[in-house]
Amino acid sequence: MPLLDVRDLSVVFQRDNKPFTAVDGVSFTVEPGQAVGLVGESGCGKSVTSLAIMGLLPRRGNKVTGEVLFDDTDLLKLRPQELRDRRGRDIGMIFQDPLSSLNPVIPLGLQVAEVLERHQGKKRQEALREARKLLDAVGIPDPTRRLKEFPHQLSGGMRQRALIAIALACKPRLLIADEPTTALDVTIQAQILTLLKELVEGSGTALIMITHDLGVVAGLCDTVNVLYAGKVVERAARHDLFGAPRHPYTHGLLQSVPRLDVERGGRLHQIRGSVNDNIPWSEGCAFAPRCDRVIDACIGETVPLEPAFRGGALRCTNPVPQEVPA
Amino acid sequence: MSSLVEIDDLKVHFPIKSGLLLNRTVGYVYAVDGVSLTIERGETYGLVGESGCGKSTLGRGLLRLVEPTNGKITFDGTDVRALEGEQMRRFRRRMQMVFQDPMSSLDPRQSVESLLVEGLKAHGLAKDKAAMRTRLRSTLDSVGLPASALNKYPHEFSGGQRQRIGIARALVLGPELIVADEPVSALDVSIQAQVVNLLGDLQESLGLTYLVIAHDLAVVRHISDTIGVMYLGSLVEEADGDQLYGRPLHPYTRALLSAVPIPDPYVEDQRERILLAGDLPSPANPPSGCRFRTRCPWSQTRCAAERPDLRVFDDSGQRVACHFAEEILAGTLKPHEVRAEIVRPGADAAPGVGPELIPTRTDVPAP
Repeated sequence: MPLLDVRDLSVVFQRDNKPFTAVDGVSFTVEPGQAVGLVGESGCGKSVTSLAIMGLLPRRGNKVTGEVLFDDTDLLKLRPQELRDRRGRDIGMIFQDPLSSLNPVIPLGLQVAEVLERHQGKKRQEALREARKLLDAVGIPDPTRRLKEFPHQLSGGMRQRALIAIALACKPRLLIADEPTTALDVTIQAQILTLLKELVEGSGTALIMITHDLGVVAGLCDTVNVLYAGKVVERAARHDLFGAPRHPYTHGLLQSVPRLDVERGGRLHQIRGSVNDNIPWSEGCAFAPRCDRVIDACIGETVPLEPAFRGGALRCTNPVPQEVPA
Repeated sequence: MSSLVEIDDLKVHFPIKSGLLLNRTVGYVYAVDGVSLTIERGETYGLVGESGCGKSTLGRGLLRLVEPTNGKITFDGTDVRALEGEQMRRFRRRMQMVFQDPMSSLDPRQSVESLLVEGLKAHGLAKDKAAMRTRLRSTLDSVGLPASALNKYPHEFSGGQRQRIGIARALVLGPELIVADEPVSALDVSIQAQVVNLLGDLQESLGLTYLVIAHDLAVVRHISDTIGVMYLGSLVEEADGDQLYGRPLHPYTRALLSAVPIPDPYVEDQRERILLAGDLPSPANPPSGCRFRTRCPWSQTRCAAERPDLRVFDDSGQRVACHFAEEILAGTLKPHEVRAEIVRPGADAAPGVGPELIPTRTDVPAP
């Protein structure tokens, strides 16, 4: 049984008095201990999906429909109080910018201890001792001193480590990481990714990794969902997705990034146009105006998400022909 | 090929001021600290490094957008630092800049036409109206924008198109050198390729010389002929792009290359990573000797005592600033473990700064 089962999740915002569908019927599952990637460009709805799962979207001005089943409980139907009990205990979250996620006027130790006090009813002193251990576990040097320090006294990588310590304080079964390394330098990014990988493998925590960087998911995620304009366009195990991408968008993205490990080529493959050229999903494939493989069948009606090989899924009428890797 | 730009021992130091009335200088941030490099005409020089390593300051120092503290800049035989006032202003036509974030570098209240004409007027190139309009159109055409864009405003364009406007603005003056500071890092992946290709096409048709500053090693390698790696204000390695990737000599370059994620799970599962401990030290109080020694897995006692010069390694022309490059390459020097050093606000600032500048209470009781 999956740990998290997202079914037909949609989020509709009011933008300029017109409804705008940010997430459009997204479904995916996360098994216990599995690392799942949500990949896409800015505006594809990946962050909104994670916020909707956590119930962190403002109640006013938007409509969230569908089901988010965690342990057979629909998180979308829970009262705010019940949801608060679960956030931080069952599901932890790491955000992109650690400086704006940490409280600038509260010492770090207290921010970690707070979670333990709230969810495990620990006393302050005991929680602080535990917080010290957690900071040590995420690789912050000299954790005893750090407990009393404030976020501005830490470097960017250290702040992200602190945020991971907070998210993991109650040993959640699911960790959602929303672009956890985008604000960091590559060498620090490598540190954080290695840390996340060790923690996930060591503790059996499931992970949802949200990122725009295909390289980040390549080394980390078991299953990858590629989002475009609010819908999942392709889902596959990572070796299949990177080895034989079927959707022209995934294929194009992989072709358009220069790679360090291959010979320097000439021109890069480019995807024409921009997301502004999209057509609504109700009138066909949103990617059609930018697609190299567009055919008549792409325009007209919504392209369904069909099952593809080895448990994957694909939303395309004219996919890139690929040999299935062994 | 002849060299277009020669930079010799360029230094840019920013003073750290303290005090309300006396405003005395209590130390310096050594943003760029002795960089020498040569950019050949018609080539692309790529400058990589992490944030805070001084790569942007070097680019700005080259154009004298920040005044260098020391060093010599020669542009096509002219000593740029000797130019004064009006001379310098006119000279700027030959070297232009493309900025990272097109939204914040384009005035939202100016139409594209007015954005482009501004530079032409400043350099007295806008006298003939008809010729000017032809020039604007052909510039827009070369960056792949329709002539109708002239009457629009920056907010009406997508991110990629805005970056094209930024490039057009630099291009319209007919410069020889373009300094591009992170030209694609604010763009989405699918748009990055368009801009990277555009830069390549323009170089081919106009014979431009680029200094591309970026943190993305893969992008830099793709477009650059020569790559310089910066760390904490100085150049630690310089080589031809393929050479640098094939045989990185400096420990920092090796770590940097091994940290870049590659979108291929088979490669990711097998590759070896050199994980660096800790963070970049403060450029206000850099370590003695080799700047990288505090994080270097190969550091020796000599590294603390003596700052390595950027020296030519072998016939390939690869330059490296490391005492032990030969030993590391041959594998005779083994890496050791580095413990992350504790970087404290008091300790990493220049002498006399820290506690006074940033009021830090260390006596906060454990809550």
